[in-house]
Amino acid sequence: MARAATTADAFNAVAEPRRRQILDALAGGERPVNDLVRQLGLGQPQVSKHLRVLREVGVVDVRDHGRQRLYRLNGRALKPIHDWIQPFQRSWSERFDELDAVLEDLKKEEGHAHDD
Amino acid sequence: MPMTTSQSAKVTLPADDQILITREFDAPRHLVYKAWTTPELVGRWWTAKRGEATVMEIDLQVGGKWRYVMVADGGMEVGFHGEYREIVPNERIVSTEVFEGAPDAESVNLLTLTETDGRTRLEILVQHQSKEHRDMHINSGMEAGLQDALDLLEEVANSLR
Repeated sequence: MARAATTADAFNAVAEPRRRQILDALAGGERPVNDLVRQLGLGQPQVSKHLRVLREVGVVDVRDHGRQRLYRLNGRALKPIHDWIQPFQRSWSERFDELDAVLEDLKKEEGHAHDD
Repeated sequence: MPMTTSQSAKVTLPADDQILITREFDAPRHLVYKAWTTPELVGRWWTAKRGEATVMEIDLQVGGKWRYVMVADGGMEVGFHGEYREIVPNERIVSTEVFEGAPDAESVNLLTLTETDGRTRLEILVQHQSKEHRDMHINSGMEAGLQDALDLLEEVANSLR
C-alpha cells in the first residue's frame, strides 16, 4: 500500500508537534489511549490517527492488556535521529568540557580573592 | 564525595526550526556568564581543541556585534558572527548568529542561565528561519565529525607509508 510521504520514516513522523507530544508522554511509560487523550487535550480520533502514524514507522509499539491497548515508545526506531544529532551533540560536549576547565580556574581565582 | 565527571551536552529538537542545547555546570552562574562573555576566556573553550581561536570579538551591549573565528587543525578558517539583541547580566542573552560559510541561515539564539545550590543549568535555544536551515546547522556537526574521521584516516594512512 502506498503511504503518504509525510509518514514515510521516523524523521517525518516526529516532525509533527502533536506526535512529539505523544512521544514525550510515552517516554514516561506505557499508556492507554485515554490517558493520552486526557493529557494532550485532543479528541480520541486525532490521537488515534497520530498513534497510527507513529506505529507505521515503528516508533510506537502496542500490546493488548485485558480490555486495554497499551502504547509504548520504541527507542530503537528513533536511533536514526539520535545518530544524526550525535556529532553535533559531541562537538558541544567537547566545548563544554573545556568550559568546565575555565570555570575551575575562575572558582579558584574567586576563592583567592575572598582569602585576601 | 562523588567524583566530578564530564557530562554530555543534551541536544533536542523541540520544533522543526529549533535546536535546544542544555548542560549543567558545577559553578555559580556569574562565573559561567563571565566565561561566556569574556573574549580571552571564550577563546579557551569555544574551539573545543579543534583549532586555534584567531578572532574573539565581543561588544556586549544591545546592538553590539560579536565575531569568533578559528583556524581548524586542517587549516580551514571557520567564522561566526552576530549581534546582541537583549542582555540581562548573569541571566540571559538573546543574540543572532550567522555561520560565515552559510550567510543566509541566520538564527536567533536565546541563552538562559539558572542557578540552583551553586550549580548552573545552561540552555541555548537556537531558533532558525526554516527547517532547512536548522537541518544544515545540525549537519555542520556531522561535517566536523567527518573531518575528525578524515584527519584520523590521514594519520593512519601516513603511518602506513
